[in-house]
Amino acid sequence: MSTEKTFKLDGRDIPFDDGDTVMDAALRAGEYIPHLCHDPDFPPHGSCRVCVVGVNGRHTASCTLQASEGMDVDNSSEDILEERRMLLQMLFVEGNHTCPACEKSGDCKLQAVAYHAGMLSPHFTHFFPKRSIDASHPEMMFYYNRCILCGLCVRVSKYEDKKSVFAISGRGIDSRLVFNSPSGKLGDTDFSPTDQAASVCPVGAILPKYLGYETPIGQRLYDFKPISVVGDETARDIAKDKLTNGGPDE
Amino acid sequence: MVAQMSNIQQRNQGRKDKLIVATAPLCGCFGCHMSLLDIDERIFELVELVEFDRTPVTDIKTIGKCDIGLIEGGVANAHNVHDLREFRANCDTLVAVGSCAVTGGIPAMRNQFDLKECLEEAYIHGIGVENPHVPNDVEIPLLLDKVHPIHEVVRVDYFLPGCPPSADTFWQFLTDVAAGNEVSFPYSLIHYD
Repeated sequence: MSTEKTFKLDGRDIPFDDGDTVMDAALRAGEYIPHLCHDPDFPPHGSCRVCVVGVNGRHTASCTLQASEGMDVDNSSEDILEERRMLLQMLFVEGNHTCPACEKSGDCKLQAVAYHAGMLSPHFTHFFPKRSIDASHPEMMFYYNRCILCGLCVRVSKYEDKKSVFAISGRGIDSRLVFNSPSGKLGDTDFSPTDQAASVCPVGAILPKYLGYETPIGQRLYDFKPISVVGDETARDIAKDKLTNGGPDE
Repeated sequence: MVAQMSNIQQRNQGRKDKLIVATAPLCGCFGCHMSLLDIDERIFELVELVEFDRTPVTDIKTIGKCDIGLIEGGVANAHNVHDLREFRANCDTLVAVGSCAVTGGIPAMRNQFDLKECLEEAYIHGIGVENPHVPNDVEIPLLLDKVHPIHEVVRVDYFLPGCPPSADTFWQFLTDVAAGNEVSFPYSLIHYD
């Protein structure tokens, strides 16, 4: 058996297998690299760029970067943290993220990653784009205002639910999530609240109807524990639980 | 006017040992000011550290030279712009306090609609409206086309996020500044709702 391959993440040796990305290996080793569009169970998308790390003087997304022997990865220098905050700020001003009015607030990954990054302000000028809501589905809602185009619902619906309900259409600033139905409405697709894709949205874009604000402030997922501690699995389990059981017991 | 100036000078005399703080509510719900009062009995400690200039708490209407200006609320009308610029001109450190000042917040949800639509919904087509007409008295400040966070209008030095920022957030900020420390918030004090 050959010796274990490793790279360095902030000075710590991280073992990896051939084909692993830096993100895969880091998460497996219990090291948190902030991410929004990434889920270890699905192919990487590399769109949110929040997982940016420094390698050999270059800044690159760790979720799409193949790990290689002897790499020296910077996950925590002030340069990297500043770039992450800036990426998050751009995500916030590009949509309409009115946290005080959002049902996902407290359980939202965009928020949680921004808290973790210590983002105090959006810094940039808000776009305030005029976007709508798709309420055509009897049980689920879609809020274009909050969608960050992470593509997780696209991948989960395709690979896990085998339905391909979602796709991203358009380019650049005109990109938007579309639904796979002749009318283009979510209600005319075969999307169901029991789909895995129904609980994967990191923000409050895909949400169940008739449920909202059911968890009191102080008991929500990221109220006191940072996302680096909560982890992806717990987040997804809780989202699923809310969909199937209608929230926590009274 | 002369009397007013001397009042301001009088106010500023002999206060150099304390931080002079002014606060203003722009387009918000006053919740951030209420949250500041939630420091409860620590307010006795606070008045040892700071002295309030123009703020709804003292009901002083004009602003003198201040160390810190705390701004609650977004910028929604011409009057807000005037107040905000006056604060910027008089405060060494200007702080955006709460979601509305930091991001536009709830008032900025009207940015999804044209101003005309908003006014017509409220004053013409709204349920139970009598004598429907859009108010146009010259005393009423003109609404801006959109509601803006304050950093889109003036330079802002610091941000306290939250809806509202908790009393502990205010406390942490003011005591850090008074002690000359770099302001740093623990995880539990950074939230956007």
